[in-house]
Amino acid sequence: MANESSLLSLEGISKDFYGNVVLEDVTFTVGRGEIIGLVGENGAGKTTLMRILFGMPVIAETGGFKGRIMLDGKQVAFTSPFDALDAGIGMVHQEFSLIPGFTATENITLNRESMKRNVACDIFGERMSVLDRARMRTRAAKAISRLGVKLDPDILVSEMPVGHKQFTEIAREIDRSNVKLLVLDEPTAVLTETEAEVLIQSMRMLAAQGISIIFISHRLHEIINVADKIVVLRDGKAVKSVPVKGVSVHDIATWMVGREVKGSSSMLSACSEKVFLKVDNLWVDMPGETVRNVSFDVCEGEIFGIGGLAGQGKLGIPNGLMGLFPAGGNASLDDSPVPLNDPHKVLNNHMAFVSEDRRGVGLLLDETLEWNVAFTAMQAKGEHLIPVLGGLFKLRNERTMKLLAEEYIKTLEIKCTGPKQRAKELSGGNQQKICLAKAFALKPKLLFVSEPTRGIDVGAKAIVLETLRRYNKEYGMTIVMVSSELEELRSICHRIAIVDEGRIAGILPPTAEIAEFGLLMSGEKTGKNGDAA
Amino acid sequence: MNRIKAFITDFGWPRIIIAIFLLALFISAPFVGVKLDASFTDVFNRFGQNVIMVLALVPMVQAGCGLNFGLPLGILSGLLGSTMAMQFGLTGPMGFLVAILITIFFGSIFGLGYGKLLNKVKGEEMTIAMYVGFSAVMLFSILWLLLPYTKPDLVMGYAGEGLRRSISLEKYWDKILNNFLALRIGSVRNLAGNLSGGFIFPTGLMMFVAACVVFMWFFLRTKTGTAMTAVGSNPDFARASGVSVEKMRTTSVVVSTIIGGIGILVYQQSFGFVQVYDAPLYMAFPAVSALLIGGASVTKASMLNVVIGTLLFQGMLTMTPSVINSVLKTDMSEVIRIIVSNGMIIYALTRKTKVTK
Repeated sequence: MANESSLLSLEGISKDFYGNVVLEDVTFTVGRGEIIGLVGENGAGKTTLMRILFGMPVIAETGGFKGRIMLDGKQVAFTSPFDALDAGIGMVHQEFSLIPGFTATENITLNRESMKRNVACDIFGERMSVLDRARMRTRAAKAISRLGVKLDPDILVSEMPVGHKQFTEIAREIDRSNVKLLVLDEPTAVLTETEAEVLIQSMRMLAAQGISIIFISHRLHEIINVADKIVVLRDGKAVKSVPVKGVSVHDIATWMVGREVKGSSSMLSACSEKVFLKVDNLWVDMPGETVRNVSFDVCEGEIFGIGGLAGQGKLGIPNGLMGLFPAGGNASLDDSPVPLNDPHKVLNNHMAFVSEDRRGVGLLLDETLEWNVAFTAMQAKGEHLIPVLGGLFKLRNERTMKLLAEEYIKTLEIKCTGPKQRAKELSGGNQQKICLAKAFALKPKLLFVSEPTRGIDVGAKAIVLETLRRYNKEYGMTIVMVSSELEELRSICHRIAIVDEGRIAGILPPTAEIAEFGLLMSGEKTGKNGDAA
Repeated sequence: MNRIKAFITDFGWPRIIIAIFLLALFISAPFVGVKLDASFTDVFNRFGQNVIMVLALVPMVQAGCGLNFGLPLGILSGLLGSTMAMQFGLTGPMGFLVAILITIFFGSIFGLGYGKLLNKVKGEEMTIAMYVGFSAVMLFSILWLLLPYTKPDLVMGYAGEGLRRSISLEKYWDKILNNFLALRIGSVRNLAGNLSGGFIFPTGLMMFVAACVVFMWFFLRTKTGTAMTAVGSNPDFARASGVSVEKMRTTSVVVSTIIGGIGILVYQQSFGFVQVYDAPLYMAFPAVSALLIGGASVTKASMLNVVIGTLLFQGMLTMTPSVINSVLKTDMSEVIRIIVSNGMIIYALTRKTKVTK
C-alpha cells in the first residue's frame, strides 16, 4: 500500500483490552498534505487508534498492540507522546489543554519558549536564561497566520471565545518546526457554525502547506466538505476507506451504523394508543449530558427507545425525570403530574429507574443482595417492615427481604451463593440483574432503563433484554430504554427517539433505514414531527 | 493452616495482639501480688463506665460521617444535664433521670447544628469534627464560669460563682447504677463490720449498658437505621432510592451526640465526680480507639465491635498499671495508654481505603 507520497501508513493495527477487541486489522494510509476524515460511532475505536498512533502509555500498559506504523517509510514505535511530538505528530484533543491565565503567545510557545542568554548563564548555566518575548510573539503570530485567522497573540486564554481557544491549540501544534501530521479530535464540536467554517478554511490552508491532517468529527457534512479521503471505523474495523469524491452524507451514515437487524418486530407486544408518559419542554442540568428542551410522548405498554451519541443528553432524560439531577419543565404520567427534583415522590408514583452507573448509583456494593433488592421498596413504599409498639418504630423484616431476594434470584437466574452474598462479588451481568430486580420490586408501571447492557458480556446482554421484553409483555410494563447501542434499541423498541445536542432530533420506527438514524445522530437532519426546537 | 490464616485476617492482628497481651497480664497478675478479684471488678466498672461513649460513635460511622471526633460536644450536653439537675437540687434516681432528659434536650440542639455543619464538609468530617469538639470545649470553659450556678456544692468556694473543676456526686447520684443490685462474690467482713474485697459485679450498670446496646441494635434495624446504613454505604444509591442523604446524616449526628451525653452521665456516676472545663477535651480518642480495636472500620461498626473493643481497651488500661507498675516500679500505664490509643487510630485511618473497597 505504502507508496512514495504517503506520509503515514497504518498496517494491520489490532488492539484488545483484556480480550475485549476494540480494533481489528485497521489499515489505511495518509498522504502528504492530505486530509483524512475519520468517522465512526462512539466506541468504534477512533480514540484507541489515535492513542496508539500517539504512543500513549495506556496502550503499553494494557499489553501493547499488533500491526505496524510507518512514518516517512520508516517503522516507528512510540513509547510516549513525546516521541510522537518529536517525530512531527501533533494532536489537538477534544478538551482544551490551555493555561487560562497565560496569553495566546505563552500558550503557543509553552515549554519551547525562545530564550535570551545573559551574564548569569555564563556562571550558572543555561537555566538562568530569560524569555525572549519579542521572538516568542513573532513565532506565535507566524503560527497564527499559517492558520489564516485573526487572533491577537497577547490576549489571555481565559478571555477568548471558544473558537479562538481551539485555534490557539492548533497554532501550538504547528509552531513546532517539524510538524508533519496533525490529529484533530472533534475540533468543531464546541464551535459555532461560522467558527467551524473558519477552522475548515484553516485546515485547507495547512494541507496546502504540506501538513497532513487526520480529522475526527461527527459532523458528516464537514468531513465531506474538507476531507480528501474518508475512513469509516465500525466495531474496531476500518469498513471503508474511500476518496471523498461522490460520497454523500447518507452513504457515510449507512457505513457508520450499518449492521444487520437481528430482532424482529413480531416479538413485540402490541402497544395501545393511549399516551402514558407525556414530557414537555424538559431540561436537565446533568454534567456532560445536558438536556436542553425535550418533549415526547410514550404510549401505555410501549418500549420507547432513546438513542444518540455520548454527551448529547440522552442519559440526562431519565436521570432528570427521576429527580437525580436538577430538572425543569413538565411531565405527566397517566394524566397526573410527575414531581420533578424529588426522588422519593417519583418512586411512589409508579416509576422506577435502572441507572447507567451500576456501581456508582445502582448498587450497595458492600451490602448483601437482600439489601440491594429490597432497600428501595422499603424506603420508598414502606414494604418489608414490621411495626413495633403500635407502629412507633418500624423494624426491617429480614424474612420477607430474604424471600424477595430469593424470588428474583430464581426468576432472573442470578448466579450467586445466596441472598446473603455481597453485591460487589457478583459479575457485571449478574449485578445488572440485581439492579433490574431492585426496580421490579417496586412494581412500577413505568420503568426507565439506562444503558442496561453496558459492560456486560453477550450472553448476559441477551438475558437482560429478554427479561425487559418479558416484563413488558406479561405485566404490561411501559419501558423507556436509553442506550448507546442502536442495534439493541432497534431489536427491542417500538419507537426510537434520537437525541442530539440536548434535543430530540427525531423519532423513528425501528424498521427505519439505518442511514436515517445516522443522519439524526450526526445532527444532519432534524425530525419531521416538530419535536426539535 | 488456611483456616487459622483466614481467622487471623478476619479477626485482625491488632485485636489478637492486644487480646494476648491482656491475657498475659491476667495470668501474671497473681505472681506479682495483684489480686485478680479486684482487677476483675475494676475491668467491669471501667467497661461499663466507657462503653456507652464508644456506642455513641456507631451511628455516625454507619451513616458515613466517619469517627465522631466531635464527641466532646455530646459530653458537654451531658455536663449541662448533670450540673443543671444538681442546681435544681434533685438527688438520687430522680436527679439522674432529669439529668438524662436535660442531656437529651441539649444533645438534640447541639447535634442538629453539628450535623448541619458536617453536611457542608462531606469527605472531611473527621478533621472538622475534631476542631468542633476542641472549640466547643473551650467555649464552654468560659460558660462554666459565667452561667448562673449558685448551689454551694457546684460553685468555687472563694468566689461563690463559677463551677468547680470537679464536682462530687456524693450527695446526688454517686454510683447509682453501679450499686443497683450489685453482686458481691468472695467478700469478707472486716473488723468494723463492713464488706470489703472480693469481686463486685455492677449489675445495675451492666443492665443499663445492655439496654443502651439493645436500643442501638434496634435503632439500626429500623427503617431510619437501615436508610442511614445505606447512606454510609453508597449515598448516591440511597438518594436514588428516595432517601434524603442530608437528613439521615443529621439524624446520625443527633443520635450520636445524645448517646455521647448519656455516656458521660454514666461515666460520672461510676467515677463519682463531674469534671468540667478542659476535661472533655480528649474524651473522644479513647472511645474511637476502643471502637477500632473492636474491629470496626471507618465505614462499618457493629455492636460486637463496641463490646469487644471496650473490653480489650479498658481491660488493658486497668491491668497495665497494676501489673507493669508492680514489676517495673515505674508508672508506665499512661505511656502505654497513649501509644495504644493513638497508634490504633493511625492504624485504622491508614487502612481506610482498603476496608471500603
